[in-house]
Amino acid sequence: MIQAVMVISTQAKPRLLKFYNFQPPEKHQDLVRSVFQLLSARPDSVSNFVKVDSIFGPGTKLVYKHLATLYFVFVFDSSENELAMLDLIQVFVETLDKCFKNVCELDIVFNFNKLHTILDEMILGGQVIETSSEQIMKSVEEIERLEKQSSTTSFIPKSITERFTR
Amino acid sequence: MASTPAAPAVAPSLVDTLFQRSLNDLVKSLRADPSAAGEAAAVARALSEIHREIRAPDAATKSVALQKLTYLSTLHFAPVGTHPLAFPAIELLASPHLPHKRLAYLAASLSLHPASLSLLPLATHQLHKDLSPSSAGAAHQQHLSALALQLLASPAAAAAPDLPVHLAHDLVLKVFARLAPLEPRLAARIVDPVCQLLTRSSAMSLTFECIRTVLTALPAHDAAVRLAIGKAKEFVAADDDPNLRYLGLLALGMLGPAYASTVNDCRDAIAKSLGDADTNIRQEALHLIMGMVNENNIMDIAGMLISHVAKSDPEFANDILGAVLAACGHNVYEMVVDFDWYVSLLADMARTLHCAQGDEIGRQLVDVGLRVRDARPELVHSVRTLLIDPALHGNHFLFPVLSAAAWVSGEYVDLTKDPVELVEALLQPRTSLLPISVRAVYIHAVFKVITWCFSVYVGRSGDSGMAVDVIFDRLAADQTVGSESNVALGSGEEQDIGASTVRKDPFSHESILYMINLIQTTVGPLINCNEVEVQERAHNLIGFVHLVREIQELNKRKVADGDKPSRLEELVKTMRTVFCQELGPVSVNAQMKVATPDGLILNENLVELAGIVSEDDTTPSTSIFFYPCSRHSVDTRDEPAVSIGSSSLSEHRKRHGLFYLQTGKTEDEPNDYPQANNSLPSSSNNSVNDDKLKTAELVFAGKKSTATKSRPKVVKLDTEDFLSSMMPGANVPKEDPLSGALRDVLLGSDAKALSSQRASDINLEGMLNKTSSNESSSQQIENLGSHPASRSSSRTSKQQDHDKEKGTNPPESDGKEPRKHRSSGRSGHRQGKHKHREKSSTQPDTIPQAPVIQDFLL
Repeated sequence: MIQAVMVISTQAKPRLLKFYNFQPPEKHQDLVRSVFQLLSARPDSVSNFVKVDSIFGPGTKLVYKHLATLYFVFVFDSSENELAMLDLIQVFVETLDKCFKNVCELDIVFNFNKLHTILDEMILGGQVIETSSEQIMKSVEEIERLEKQSSTTSFIPKSITERFTR
Repeated sequence: MASTPAAPAVAPSLVDTLFQRSLNDLVKSLRADPSAAGEAAAVARALSEIHREIRAPDAATKSVALQKLTYLSTLHFAPVGTHPLAFPAIELLASPHLPHKRLAYLAASLSLHPASLSLLPLATHQLHKDLSPSSAGAAHQQHLSALALQLLASPAAAAAPDLPVHLAHDLVLKVFARLAPLEPRLAARIVDPVCQLLTRSSAMSLTFECIRTVLTALPAHDAAVRLAIGKAKEFVAADDDPNLRYLGLLALGMLGPAYASTVNDCRDAIAKSLGDADTNIRQEALHLIMGMVNENNIMDIAGMLISHVAKSDPEFANDILGAVLAACGHNVYEMVVDFDWYVSLLADMARTLHCAQGDEIGRQLVDVGLRVRDARPELVHSVRTLLIDPALHGNHFLFPVLSAAAWVSGEYVDLTKDPVELVEALLQPRTSLLPISVRAVYIHAVFKVITWCFSVYVGRSGDSGMAVDVIFDRLAADQTVGSESNVALGSGEEQDIGASTVRKDPFSHESILYMINLIQTTVGPLINCNEVEVQERAHNLIGFVHLVREIQELNKRKVADGDKPSRLEELVKTMRTVFCQELGPVSVNAQMKVATPDGLILNENLVELAGIVSEDDTTPSTSIFFYPCSRHSVDTRDEPAVSIGSSSLSEHRKRHGLFYLQTGKTEDEPNDYPQANNSLPSSSNNSVNDDKLKTAELVFAGKKSTATKSRPKVVKLDTEDFLSSMMPGANVPKEDPLSGALRDVLLGSDAKALSSQRASDINLEGMLNKTSSNESSSQQIENLGSHPASRSSSRTSKQQDHDKEKGTNPPESDGKEPRKHRSSGRSGHRQGKHKHREKSSTQPDTIPQAPVIQDFLL
């Protein structure tokens, strides 16, 4: 199973954190810090896999991709296929790209909720449920439509509602 | 600032709702001041706002507040107690307004804490509603279900109901992998499809999964395995993609021992990976290489690994060194055939750039010296290079190695080619950089060397007393001049000649003179050193030199000229015999073999002893005890006749007897503190001393390779690998008649062997005391090893003199008794505390602060 998904900027700021294996909130900051230290020390030519037994427990590994100013990190255990995880990062980033048109870090910063929506369409409870970025996009758009619909049923004037869904 | 419109019932929190900041506003404000302090302040401000807003009755306000709070808690680690988020979240869960609902679900799944799980039941009703079909549109319903599932699947929720798992190829394979070992028919069925997948699939991830399945779950299907291995090799060969290389190595690592030959074939590729930029790949490669090491290839592999050490970063270099040391040292060096090569390898390893394995190297140097007699010449030769090099003295990692080197050189001094050079190396000025324990070893080694040189010299010029006169006249002349500096001056010229002439003949009188003067100038000042160990040894050494000179002095006045050389001879001979007895490794079960004398009643436990021992303010001992080993033939000794009840217990006892406190008679007076010297009746002495307590098994490696010579004997004591059950002592032929004869002479015709017991035997000192005939040698040894520091040199030499002259009378000085008690106490104390340590080493106990010199109780 996937234990965590983390998106950390090259300045060590977390942009997205989701733990599928319970981690006490106090530990979150340390986890981010350790992972960041680990990744920033790696040169560009090495493999994308790292054993992280000391951080996340025995048998855990992480796969990461360094894209522009962000590290996309998936932490998983021995039941997941390493290369499949690498593919998954790719799917995630592609979906983000489709969603935000040439996604950059700022998009990720200002779209906290949407990010979670996308991620939730891909991974449920640590298991991968969707690997096609097309499909994910479709689902996300569907959800947005639903949200909009739901907003219109309230007696808030539409002009104001638009602000919600910006 | 964007504001939400005022919904109907607002009143009290109008300000809040009107001017509420949205999430984007919050993010902007956090980014406004990027400094850590600024950010923290902004977070704090936001939190206080949120706490007000979240209590607003208005759903919209609440939801935005919740959204902000969620954001802060996940990405800015804002400390949120479990409850503040839980309640509003659960309230909002029930909202018909989808956006609010979604926010609530997100908040709940992200921050629900197991402690607040008790609140989850409050939400169950809502969850239930959401999961079941409702009148709203299908899409809507689906989404709600998805939300609910997300919450349920979140880590906080203990239960994870049926998750929709899409079966992709990967997953199917995983399932099969788990099942195949359990169901053989399944394995047969899936082998073909899996192989087909393997050959045809272009998707790397699928390929890897197939490989993994085959190797873990289908090991019996040869063709499939070979196919998988082929693919794995391709992976390893992938130059451009480090990911594939890593996975290839992982796959090879999954192969069991049956395919060791195939892995061997890949050795080159794996060796290349040792130099890879990626630490993961390097470590996998190292792991694989160590797996394929065996007797035949160990030399090549070790050579190859050492060449990598030079190129690698310090951490990996030490990993490699550690791996090589562990592999070679495993099971008492079972893989090493050519010890000459191994010994020089050890020395080379010590000299590599980042070596931090000094402890282990030092330990192995000494260990090999003890166990492998044939390797000693090469050993002495190799460590010579280490001792000579002044650059090594600054490297603190190498201190244990240097200590081992000095000890080895001293102990096996008769194998050295150039003792003068050795003495020079041991006394060179840079040795002042070494720590105390190492310097102490150095000085003592010098003592051994000079003793040996003397003995050879004396033996050589046996009849010609004249030569002896010459050298000592010169010594006397130097002495009369007075201060040491003059000696230095006076001998300066001699040293000049010395340097060249001594090389030719290390035992000429010039060279002896040169060495003695060197000793006096370098070690002389150390008798005033603050460090007790160094001071002690310096005393010993200088005392010996003075003693020799004293004889000269005395004899100047005497008429009987013939007396002098013989007295000198006697002195030198006695000193030499102190050192000539061989030290060897101790069996962990040596203690077991001591049979108690009849009529001795032992207490069953050592509780009383604990009280006695704890009175001492003992620190781990750094003094060194030498006990000569007994070398006669071993009487076959059966297992101690202790009747034990059940068979499984006795089995366990046999295997792990070491850790059992012996009941009954097998232990000698464990809590009977050493009494005055001869308190026990002599009958007990006899029976104890008849025991052969060390059982040595000579291990012969059966294999002989064509070009190299056969493997030398490695002394390996039985049950040193703990898996074998204890065997009764085999008969060991007398190895060294000379030392046996010497001992007979020294110890008297009773030929009582010293009992060989472990350091943990508290009673050892007492034992030695009791055997009166052993007094002299043991006393001498103890004198040398463990003098209290504050003693003037004259008294030292007098005491030594006294002992040697008087020979066998047990000294009754009170100074000795408490010392013995103390040291016994120390060793006993140590036993209690460090028993567990014995488990992990097949070596005799090592004293923490003197890692090289070990307690040998034979």
